[in-house]
Amino acid sequence: MATGISQPRETHIVDARIVDARIFDELREIVGPRGLITSREELHTYECDGLTNFRVLPRAVLLPDSTEQVQKIVRVCHREKIPFVARGSGTGLSGGALPVENGVVISLTRMNKILEVDIPNARVTVEPGVINLDVTARVAPQEYFYAPDPSSQSVCSIGGNVAENSGGAHCLKYGFTTTHVLGLEVVLADGSLVHLGGKTLDAPGYDLMGVFVGSEGTLGIATKIILRIVKRPECVQTLLAAFPSTNEAGAAVSDMIAAGMLPAAIEMMDNLAIQAAEAAVHANYPNCGALLLVELDGPVAEVAALMAHVNEICKKSGAWEIRVAQSDAERALVWKGRKAAFAAMGRISPNYIVQDGVIPRTELPNVMREIGRLSNEAGLRVANVFHAGDGNLHPLVLYDRRISGQEEAAETLSGKILELCIGAGGSITGEHGVGEDKKKMMSKMYSEPDLETMQRVRCAFDPLNLSNPSKVFPRPRLCGEKPGEYVAHPLETAGIAERF
Amino acid sequence: MDASASPKTSLSSTFESDVRKIIAAEHVRTAGASDAVAGVQPSLVVEPGNEQELAKVLKLANDVGMAVIPRGGGTKLEWGNRPARADLILSTARMNRVIEHAWADLTVSAEAGCTIAKLQDTVAKHGQRLALDPLWPERATVGGVLSTNDSGVLRLRFGSLRDLVIGATVALADGTVASSGGKVVKNVAGYDLPKLVTGAFGTLGVITRAIFRLHPLPKEKRTISVVTRDLTEAQRLVLAIQNSKLAHSALQIRCGAEMQPRVDVLFEGTETGLSAQSAQLKLMAGEAREDDAGGKVWNRREEILSRTESDGENCAMGKFTTLPVEIAETVAMIGKIAASGLRWSVVAQATGIGLVLIDGAVSEIAAALRGLREWLGIRGGSLVVVRRPAGMAELDAWGDSGDALGLMQAVKRQFDQQGTLNPGRFVGGI
Repeated sequence: MATGISQPRETHIVDARIVDARIFDELREIVGPRGLITSREELHTYECDGLTNFRVLPRAVLLPDSTEQVQKIVRVCHREKIPFVARGSGTGLSGGALPVENGVVISLTRMNKILEVDIPNARVTVEPGVINLDVTARVAPQEYFYAPDPSSQSVCSIGGNVAENSGGAHCLKYGFTTTHVLGLEVVLADGSLVHLGGKTLDAPGYDLMGVFVGSEGTLGIATKIILRIVKRPECVQTLLAAFPSTNEAGAAVSDMIAAGMLPAAIEMMDNLAIQAAEAAVHANYPNCGALLLVELDGPVAEVAALMAHVNEICKKSGAWEIRVAQSDAERALVWKGRKAAFAAMGRISPNYIVQDGVIPRTELPNVMREIGRLSNEAGLRVANVFHAGDGNLHPLVLYDRRISGQEEAAETLSGKILELCIGAGGSITGEHGVGEDKKKMMSKMYSEPDLETMQRVRCAFDPLNLSNPSKVFPRPRLCGEKPGEYVAHPLETAGIAERF
Repeated sequence: MDASASPKTSLSSTFESDVRKIIAAEHVRTAGASDAVAGVQPSLVVEPGNEQELAKVLKLANDVGMAVIPRGGGTKLEWGNRPARADLILSTARMNRVIEHAWADLTVSAEAGCTIAKLQDTVAKHGQRLALDPLWPERATVGGVLSTNDSGVLRLRFGSLRDLVIGATVALADGTVASSGGKVVKNVAGYDLPKLVTGAFGTLGVITRAIFRLHPLPKEKRTISVVTRDLTEAQRLVLAIQNSKLAHSALQIRCGAEMQPRVDVLFEGTETGLSAQSAQLKLMAGEAREDDAGGKVWNRREEILSRTESDGENCAMGKFTTLPVEIAETVAMIGKIAASGLRWSVVAQATGIGLVLIDGAVSEIAAALRGLREWLGIRGGSLVVVRRPAGMAELDAWGDSGDALGLMQAVKRQFDQQGTLNPGRFVGGI
């Protein structure tokens, strides 16, 4: 996914000693000969994650199979000041699992056991390498499911989901990864082990688990995760509505919200995205300006009443075709088209950039108009796929690398779209994370004191800055450095925002 | 309590005059006996009018090494441990505005001193609510509710504050004002500091404003209460409901020394949906007798707590957490521990969070709380003592905070190096 830009770019180099042979021997001792990768050919597999335009070759990759091994590895790293990057399935789209020069990658794929399934308490305890969809598969016979459903759920790992606080189409109703994580066992950057949260709620103390989830591997490595599972609703209905343009579809979404509805998911695709999805998986979507996909779930009577209302709203807003998926197979096909949308871009464009921005839902018409304008200006097509219910946009900037200058133009356009999101009061990322990709944008969204305050947490967890260093923050804060005075937020000085 | 002790006079007059340069004279006053915090008498009360003023005063206090107690509505000021020191009350009473209700985006931002009731009234005008029912909404404020992480019965369906707060601005002891999160529901840019300050009892910074996601107000509500034969039956019914496809908003067990266990269920939704679900529930409840208690059962927490207020000499109140399947066992244990002549009542949510009131002889209450805490701890649960009888010897409010305590202390040092904010009130001496 993401882009196919081949030229690796320069990345931030941290101060680290070169990993020498003696240390390799020590690491091999910990994980066994099959748990240590040092050959150049094999290391290439780990040089990037789902965002392939950043590539760094790590010095070594370690494949521990237990918490104890992770602790031992991290202790060596701590002693030798070797930076380390934890990695799950490597499907991330922001370069969060990008290796650090002269650092090691700790791959958690061998820690893939579901440790406990506790149906009466609705808890499942897993190792970080367990695949997202496997949790649901395991509890499906009891009619439970694990709610966060990123599009990559059949391959992405729970550990990675925890690092990125992954979302998905259904987080409008069910919340994000952080809503569904109840406890963590974490190996800190000095190799010590802590337990945050637990099987019961509200453990006394700070909600460090809440900060850890979504910290993109910068606060340590989660080695055990207690998840909350959810009972399957009595019924699920998915409606597909075809609109002339995203404006009418957006109006329908606003009307649903105004009518007091909270669907399980509201997804929108524009014409270009529909064409791509059709070409890729033949989801049998109507060919229209904008497609709305609304999913309601809950007790039968409740869903029936609400679905009638959604139907009405769509018609009123100008939908010219409305279908309700009649079977599980039809529903699955509808979702297949949506979830395949990113990859489907390959059908209509040789290269593309996946963007991830968030806007207040009401800004949708303005932002869409601006994206259209910027797209025309740049002479590049932009396909749009959104989680419309929560304002999370995924504009896909299409380009052809073989045409000179297009790649740069696409990157510029993609960046401008993010600036649009910030200007609209939104965020530079709704679910893909900051990682390597967007750390420079952080200063456009947050003021210096905001970022420094976040880094105080980092200093408490990892004062030597060894755990996935050089990610998330545009400029690492030296721990012990005295925080500065208040500096006006860039939006404030630009007159876009006001501090109260 | 030594609340009647005379106000300290040692406070440097330079500090006070510096404060008056920032805050108008009518909003700076000498603390009275009613400003005491768990028996510790502060000397000054300051009511800043905005975030910048608050941060400046906080920095001044930090510079001269004064202990600062942030205060909202003051409804839960006695919670937590007694402060090691208390010099300055920093009140958010004047910072009470709803800043913006973006109703079409289902978000609201408000200043820390805004009461929950005012916030709810504002968003209700557009048929929305903050899906949270904390204690004493008329007086409890946004900042106070966040700092104490208070949640009520709606938590089962909508989660707690950590799931509802999407942005927060905090003034740190050194005067830094920092925001994180934002006004969009979905946002993973940077660390989630709103969660860090939620439940931190004001020990990391003073929350100055917050942004929440909202939910639509339900069209209809229905409460069904069932009288069960015993705890086993109550537990069985709760688990059966949880394991069913009912879409209930709240589910709790009420019981006490002299009260048969009741199971209360709250349904919210459309009229047709509610009727269908109620019918289903009645089938599950079988022979159990229905109790016509109505919606007031959801105020049970406040009812219990008001008893500790009227009879503070002889009762204690604790918040316990246990596994959902162990609620009955926990309640049975409370009954057993209290058998020596203590009266007790409990309201426990299906999430495994409960409130227990124990009243009787002070020495026996202390033993009961210790016993219950130990018993819960072995099972991975906890007991936080929220209210203690006035005459009871010190008992740590929090109990064991596990192997992450060192990390918590490190976070505290990063945010408040000198221990200016609420010193000694939180876990492990923080």
